[in-house]
Amino acid sequence: MGEDVKALSAQLAQDPNSLVFLRLGEMLRLRGQLDAAHRVALNGLERHPHSADAHDLYARILADKGDFERAFDEWDMALRIAPIHLGALKGLAFLYFKVGDVAQAVAHLELAQREAPGDPGVVQALAMVRGGEAAGAEAELGLAPAPEVAQAAAAPMADSRVFAGLEGAAEGLLLLDSAGRVLGGTLRDPAGQDVSDAVAAYLAGVSQEAGRTAKLLGLGAWTGLAAEAGGGHVHLAQPTPDALLLVVRDRAVPMGRLAIVAERAAQAARRWLEQQA
Amino acid sequence: MTAVAFQRALDLVTRVRGVRGAMLVALGDGLVVAEHLMEGIKGPAVAALAASLANRLGRAMEAAGLGTGVFWHLQASEGALLVVPAASGILVVAVTDPAVNVGLVRLELLRAAQVVA
Repeated sequence: MGEDVKALSAQLAQDPNSLVFLRLGEMLRLRGQLDAAHRVALNGLERHPHSADAHDLYARILADKGDFERAFDEWDMALRIAPIHLGALKGLAFLYFKVGDVAQAVAHLELAQREAPGDPGVVQALAMVRGGEAAGAEAELGLAPAPEVAQAAAAPMADSRVFAGLEGAAEGLLLLDSAGRVLGGTLRDPAGQDVSDAVAAYLAGVSQEAGRTAKLLGLGAWTGLAAEAGGGHVHLAQPTPDALLLVVRDRAVPMGRLAIVAERAAQAARRWLEQQA
Repeated sequence: MTAVAFQRALDLVTRVRGVRGAMLVALGDGLVVAEHLMEGIKGPAVAALAASLANRLGRAMEAAGLGTGVFWHLQASEGALLVVPAASGILVVAVTDPAVNVGLVRLELLRAAQVVA
């Protein structure tokens, strides 16, 4: 494989505009040389900004590095360029599955299957996603990172970041208990006024109502509540049975990405709540 | 607004693959205006809860300075509840399978909301 990297690098040096960077970047990624792969992909993207394959490659590298938000953006961009891009559909399915949104993961994999009915990886991943087998599904999607990378990506966020996220005024995160009391975070309206208490008070009891509604409809346990408003997008998650986490972002942030942000914030909130207990 | 118009609005939503049922709910009192649900689902109870949920979320979003809500999506392990409010104070509600095309249902809910506006 060393020879291949050398040969591809030479080829790219000879013709920097060629698409050989796609093969080289993927090869480096699979070898776990993520910084080198990152450089190759970025250089390629600069020369081929409208290549869906280039965005897909870059997204894979970002996902391996644990930067799921930016990976989501890149796969989203790939789909804007090529609406049925197999790699992007698989990548987004992987990210949705990672945050527990099985429905979206399955929807993306079904689209991928329609595009490539003979792709055994997609068929297997669909079966595993439906069966809840995380590691198997990631491997079938060809997104399982190198072992050392996987370990780094799975590491929890640094505590300082957790507290910055939960207590920072500008983060748009609000953690509250089931009685509508603010536990952490701050929310400000567009005028900069602190509206945390008012918003938390209105959200008291939402968990119970969401749970009862889902139960009455035979939908199982509720996993998230997303909403669009004229001035922004919100996502509610339940980090623990007694707590609710509200994430507010600008309308420019896609709902799918917001779900990923919310899941990460919920994990942080869960750890923070455990520390407080 | 006629029963035919209500039915037309519901048909827009229920014809999407993966939609189990749909209903129109009065936001103010949570009463069912029209419904097309699978057998066994307690329409009035779901309507009351959906309206209450929409009211709470709506107030929270107003308090946060985000303006009026235009779409809500309750995600659950075995399906979803999608809601769009119409200008007439009626909520257009869809109950779906987990693997439904949410973007498509959202579009049809918005169209149905225009029909009942």
